[in-house]
Amino acid sequence: MPPAEAPEAHRIALLGSPNSGKTTLFNALTGLRAKTGNYPGVTVDRRQGPAATPDGPVEVIDLPGTYSLQAISEDEAVSVRVLRGQMEGETRPDGIVVVADATTLHRSLPLLAEAMQFGLPVCLALTMVDELKARGGEIDLFALRRKLGIPVFGVVGHKGIGVADLRDQLGQPKSWEQPRTPPENDPQDRFAWADQVLAEATRATPHDSALTQRLDAVLLHPVGGLLVFLAFVALFFQSIFSWAAPAMDLMSGGVEALADWLGTWMPSGWLASLVVDGVVRGVGAVLVFLPQIALLFTLIFFFEACGYMARAAFLMDRLMGWVGLEGRCFIALLSSYACAVPGILATRTIPSPRDRLATILVAPLATCSARLPVYAVLIAAFVPDTPVLGPLNLQGLTLLGLYLLGAVSALVFAAIFKRGVLRGASLPFYLELPPYRFPSLKTVLLQVWQRVWMFLKRAGTVILAASVVLWLLLNFPRVEAADGLDEAERAQLQIEQSYAADIGRAIEPAIEPMGWDWRVGIGLVGSVAAREVIVSTMAQVYAYEGDEEDAAGFAALLNRPDPATGRPPLDLASALALLVFFVYALQCISTIAVIRREAGGWRHALFALGYQTGFAWLAAWLTYLAASGWTSG
Amino acid sequence: MPRRTLADLSRHERATVLSVLDDGPAADRLRELGLCRGTEVVFDRQAPLGGPIVFKLRGYRLCLRPAEARRIAVES
Repeated sequence: MPPAEAPEAHRIALLGSPNSGKTTLFNALTGLRAKTGNYPGVTVDRRQGPAATPDGPVEVIDLPGTYSLQAISEDEAVSVRVLRGQMEGETRPDGIVVVADATTLHRSLPLLAEAMQFGLPVCLALTMVDELKARGGEIDLFALRRKLGIPVFGVVGHKGIGVADLRDQLGQPKSWEQPRTPPENDPQDRFAWADQVLAEATRATPHDSALTQRLDAVLLHPVGGLLVFLAFVALFFQSIFSWAAPAMDLMSGGVEALADWLGTWMPSGWLASLVVDGVVRGVGAVLVFLPQIALLFTLIFFFEACGYMARAAFLMDRLMGWVGLEGRCFIALLSSYACAVPGILATRTIPSPRDRLATILVAPLATCSARLPVYAVLIAAFVPDTPVLGPLNLQGLTLLGLYLLGAVSALVFAAIFKRGVLRGASLPFYLELPPYRFPSLKTVLLQVWQRVWMFLKRAGTVILAASVVLWLLLNFPRVEAADGLDEAERAQLQIEQSYAADIGRAIEPAIEPMGWDWRVGIGLVGSVAAREVIVSTMAQVYAYEGDEEDAAGFAALLNRPDPATGRPPLDLASALALLVFFVYALQCISTIAVIRREAGGWRHALFALGYQTGFAWLAAWLTYLAASGWTSG
Repeated sequence: MPRRTLADLSRHERATVLSVLDDGPAADRLRELGLCRGTEVVFDRQAPLGGPIVFKLRGYRLCLRPAEARRIAVES
C-alpha cells in the first residue's frame, strides 16, 4: 500500500487595515519561520509562514494593510486577488482572520463586512485589547460573537495574550460558525451595520488616548512640532554619518583582511586578482553600506511603529505638496541621504503609484554617503580652506552647496515629472495618525532583517556579476610588466592598457569639454560599481602609493603636474565640473537594480540612468564653462 | 446659506457628515474611511500654511488635505 499523502496544510489569510497590529499578530503566530518575498509582477511584500496548531501546521498569509476591498492601491488589489484565489501560483485561502484594532472598531469593523462577502469562513481577532482597557473601554466579546455569528478572539500580539486560543482554531476553518445575516454592500450601510453591532457589544467607549493628545499638542505644534522634527532629522543624519561609521569601518576592515588573507593564500595571477579584487573588494565596496542601511531601517521601522512617521508626513505634506508629492515621500527622500537603496525601498508606504514612481526617480539625486569620499578628496584638492564666517570655511560651504544642490534638484525634477509624464488624476490624500505606542522591538527587528536580507541577496547576484564585469574591464587584456617597475607602476601600466582605458579614450571626446582626459574617463567607468570606487581607480591610474583614505595626500597628487602633459590631472574648473557631475549622475549598479525591481522593469531604470547622465553632463559642462571663465577672467 | 464642508470648521468644532459631494473611486474611499452620513467629526488641528487637517472621527485620527475636506458636506 502506498503511503498516504499528507493532506495539504490549510491556508489562512490575515486581513486588516494598516496599524491594526496585523504584522505583530503574524509574528506571534509564525515566529521566525516566516518567509518574505514579493508577489509576482508587483512590488507588494508577500509574507507567509507556518503556524503550529493542534491540527498540524497551518500556512498563515499576512496580506498587505488594507482599508477597504474596493481596491484603489496596488496593496489592496493584491489582497483582493489572494482572497479570490486569483493570485498566480497560490491556492485560495481556506479562511480569513480579520484583524481589527479594538480601540477603533467603528472604523475597522466595516472591513469585516467586506471580508464576509468572499464566501470563506471568517473569524475576528481584536488586537490592542490591553490598550482598550487602559483607556477605559470595554467590549463584550460574547455579545459581539453572538451578534456577528463568527468566532471572536481578543489578543495582544506582542505579549502573546489570546494568541493560543486563536491558534487552536486556525487548523479547522470549516468548523467556524458562519454569519447569520450577510452584511450590506454599500459603504454607508456597512458603517450603519458596524454601528448597530457595536451598540450592542460595547460596554464602555474608550476615551481618547491622553498620551497621544499630549504628545500631539507638542509634536504637531506649528513651531514646537517643527523644532522636534528638525531634531529628528538631525538624529537621522547623526546616525547615518557617525553612529554607523564604526560598523562600516569594521566591515571594510573585514573585507580588506579577507582580501589580504586570500591574496597570501592564493597563487598570484589573474585568478587571484579576480577573486581578491573583483569579487571580494568589488562586492565589499557595496557591502560596506550594510550597517548604515540596517541602522536606517531600524530608525524608519521604529518611528513608524511608534506613530511618529505619520506625524512627520503630516508636517512635511505642505512642502511636498508644492512639488506635487505628498508627506510620505519626504521620509523616502530623507533615507536616500544615506543610500538610495533603502530610500527607494521606503517608497513602498506611498499609496499613489505616480507619487511613488516620481519619488523613486529622484531619490538617487539625494546626496548619498557614497558621494562623500569623492567630495572630500576633490574639495580638499581644489578648494582653499579660506575662512568665510565663524567656523565656516570655503570648503565646508562647497560641501553644503553640493548637498543643497542635490536636494533642490530632487524636488525640481519631482515637480517636472509630476507636471509632465506622471500627470493625472490623483488619489485623495489621506493619512491615519495612529495613537502613539511603544513598538514591539521584535517586530521592528524582524522587518529590518527582511530588508537587510533582500539587500544581501542582491549583493550576491546583480552586484557580484557587475563587479566581475568591471574587474574584467579594468584588468584585461593582461600586460606583461617589464622588470624594474614597482607595484604601483605595474598597476598603472596594466590599467592604461585595459579595456576600461579603451572606454576612457572612446568617451574622451564627450568628457573633454569638461576638461577631463581619458584617465578621468577610466575613473568614471570604475565609479559605475559604486561612486566612491572612483577614488581607488584614480589612485591606480595615477600610480598613487599612499593610503587612498588620506584625502590630503591623494589631493596633492591630483594637483601635481603630470610629467606626460605638464598639466595636473584636474584644475579648479574641471574639478568643480566633476563634483557637479557626481551630484547628478546615477553611477551605482545597486540603485539601478533596485529601481528596476521597485518600479517594475528596465524601462524606468533606463529612464533614470538616461535623464541623470544627460543632465549630469550638461550641468558639468556649464559648470566648467562658468568656472573656467571666472578663473581666467 | 452656502453649504458648509469639513474645511470650513474651526478648531475643535464638531459637525455631522451629510455626504461626500461627488462620485468616483476617490469619493468612495473617503466613505470607506468612515466619512459617511451621520458620522460625527471633530476638527482637531491644521498644519501651518494651509497644510493638511487632522480630524477625529469614529475613534481615530484622520488627516486630509483641505481639497479633500472641501468635498465633504457637513452640518453643525
